[in-house]
Amino acid sequence: MRTTTTLTLPILLALSAGASAAPPAPGASPEERGGYLVRIMSCNDCHTPLKMGPKGPEPDMGRMLSGHPESFGVPAAPSHGDGAWVWSGTGTNTAFAGPWGITFTANLTPDPETGLGKWTEKTFLETFRTGRHMGHGRPVRPPMPVYWISQATDDDLKAIYAYLRTIPAVRNRVPQPVDPPEPAAPAK
Amino acid sequence: MPTPLRPAALLLGLLALGAAGAGSAPPEPPPTLAETGLYADPATLRLAPSVLFYQPQYPLWTDGAAKARWIFLPPGSAIDVSDPDAWEFPVGTKLWKEFAFGGRRVETRFLWRATANDWVFATYVWNDAGTAAILAPVDGVAGAAEIAPGLRHDLPGRLDCRACHESARVEVLGFSALQLSDDRDPLAPHAETLRPGAVTLAALEERGLLSPARPEWVARPPRIPAATPRERAVLGYLSGNCGACHNADNPAGTTGLLLRQLVGSREGSVPPARATTVGVEGGWLIPGASGHGSLRVAPGDPDGSALVYRMASRRPASQMPPLGTKVPDREALELVRGWVAEELTPRR
Ligand code: HEC
Ligand code: HEC
Ligand code: HEC
Repeated sequence: MRTTTTLTLPILLALSAGASAAPPAPGASPEERGGYLVRIMSCNDCHTPLKMGPKGPEPDMGRMLSGHPESFGVPAAPSHGDGAWVWSGTGTNTAFAGPWGITFTANLTPDPETGLGKWTEKTFLETFRTGRHMGHGRPVRPPMPVYWISQATDDDLKAIYAYLRTIPAVRNRVPQPVDPPEPAAPAK
Repeated sequence: MPTPLRPAALLLGLLALGAAGAGSAPPEPPPTLAETGLYADPATLRLAPSVLFYQPQYPLWTDGAAKARWIFLPPGSAIDVSDPDAWEFPVGTKLWKEFAFGGRRVETRFLWRATANDWVFATYVWNDAGTAAILAPVDGVAGAAEIAPGLRHDLPGRLDCRACHESARVEVLGFSALQLSDDRDPLAPHAETLRPGAVTLAALEERGLLSPARPEWVARPPRIPAATPRERAVLGYLSGNCGACHNADNPAGTTGLLLRQLVGSREGSVPPARATTVGVEGGWLIPGASGHGSLRVAPGDPDGSALVYRMASRRPASQMPPLGTKVPDREALELVRGWVAEELTPRR
């Protein structure tokens, strides 16, 4: 599936107002609170791919939070030059090219092989606390708002994690991030 | 004309932001190295008599830094070695590691078990004269010393310490049975000859610093059961440099790649760094290759081995270890490549 999106931002914005985010009732379970947090913290915006609907692009809820679709592949990144425009995204809003190379949003569903299935709650928290892949690997790169999300309390992150364990597992192997081209050798 | 954002600057800026908001605050490290207790006389840098000098046989590569290491154990205490692979250090234990580039002291890293629940991590940055060191900022210091023309060494931030040191069951990484074994590996990359007075397993046992006593470690010092001397050095290098993360207690272990050599493992069992690499397809693809994952170690083919590729790379999404160095370890790469090319037979 490769949607070439030529639609304008206002349409996207209007559509996203569709899903209602009822606040969790007092005494709600961590899972319920986590679901609410995931909705209002906009995780779906990047982690649920957009598909073309009758009114324009809309989140493909059949693939909820499953990240950049494997079937979309890894198109070559456009060149941005050195001007004011330094990054761009695909029509799915799941793959982004910029000075950091190309990043693909992660599969947040509990699929054991391609999602967060093997992640423990500790791994999830450490990822936000250190800003590193699985808490110990390479830096998590833009536009994942890891810095802002890291300001959430431990309890909120645990609630998000708890909710993500309950959503349908989607098997979708997100491509590996692509490094930017080698920097030019320093002038001698 | 507006100044365009330099892409590199943007990347670095965003990455730096990644590290934020740690949990509850542990005790603070002292403001100067002198106050950590390493020296009897900070003016002359004469060491405190209570600290023990030691030399792990498989040292961590840090861009060619020369290192010196010491440990302090509270008087009358001993290390609980009931689990041979997860030593329990007494509260009050302190460890130091000094880094020098080009003969100049640059930083001294400090690890301190301040309470039963808190390990304190800090690094101290030396003045240019090399006479005293003060506590580095929590986020570290970028570009503290020159490694090579145009390349500078960064002092890691405290979250970076934890990315490596809170990756296994024990925070201490290089003071262990294999690292201190008296049966030292002569082919280990960057191996140092033992200096007089350096403590080894036998010395610890003799001084009663191991509890329970481990006479078997003196009679038969721990050694990696490898097929050849070169393989022994390869597996030791991977254990020392990669095993902190690539073990069963760490998320990096969920990839199935296990590089930590355990001394408590069954006699005759294949070392994990061999069993989980040679001819095993991993979850990571060498850029440009096709399929889901490249072989971690492709017998006879170093260039087709993800493990070799990642050791040799310093690109952010590829490099291994993922932090702590700017220059690949040439000596180790030569050793590992030779092992893959010459000692492992391709499947036909
Ligand atoms: C602006 C887009 C965007 C938003 C909003 C966003 N993410 Fe991400 N996320 C990304 C991208 C891009 C990546 C891949 C980054 C990389 O590969 O370095 C990612 C990766 C991740 C990862 C994997 C990190 C790792 O260790 O590799 C997790 C977990 C995650 N996001 C969770 C969340 C959660 C939870 C939310 C909402 C609270 C969220 N994201 C909101 C873009 C976004
Ligand atoms: C890339 C991973 C990595 C990072 C980052 C790192 N260390 Fe280490 N450190 C190691 C390894 C592996 C050893 C053991 C081998 C050696 O000493 O060469 C070690 C050894 C030490 C030692 C000697 C005691 C021991 O655990 O063996 C101290 C003290 C230390 N590190 C402190 C720090 C501090 C403080 C920081 C952060 C400022 C830090 N380290 C960052 C991997 C790392
Ligand atoms: C600070 C932690 C850390 C250290 C130290 C470390 N790694 Fe890794 N490594 C990771 C993480 C996290 C992953 C999983 C994510 C990825 O593939 O980037 C990984 C993945 C890998 C993979 C791919 C595994 C697979 O098949 O999926 C290889 C190969 C690898 N590392 C090699 C090494 C080597 C060789 C060393 C030592 C020279 C090393 N690593 C040191 C954290 C570490």
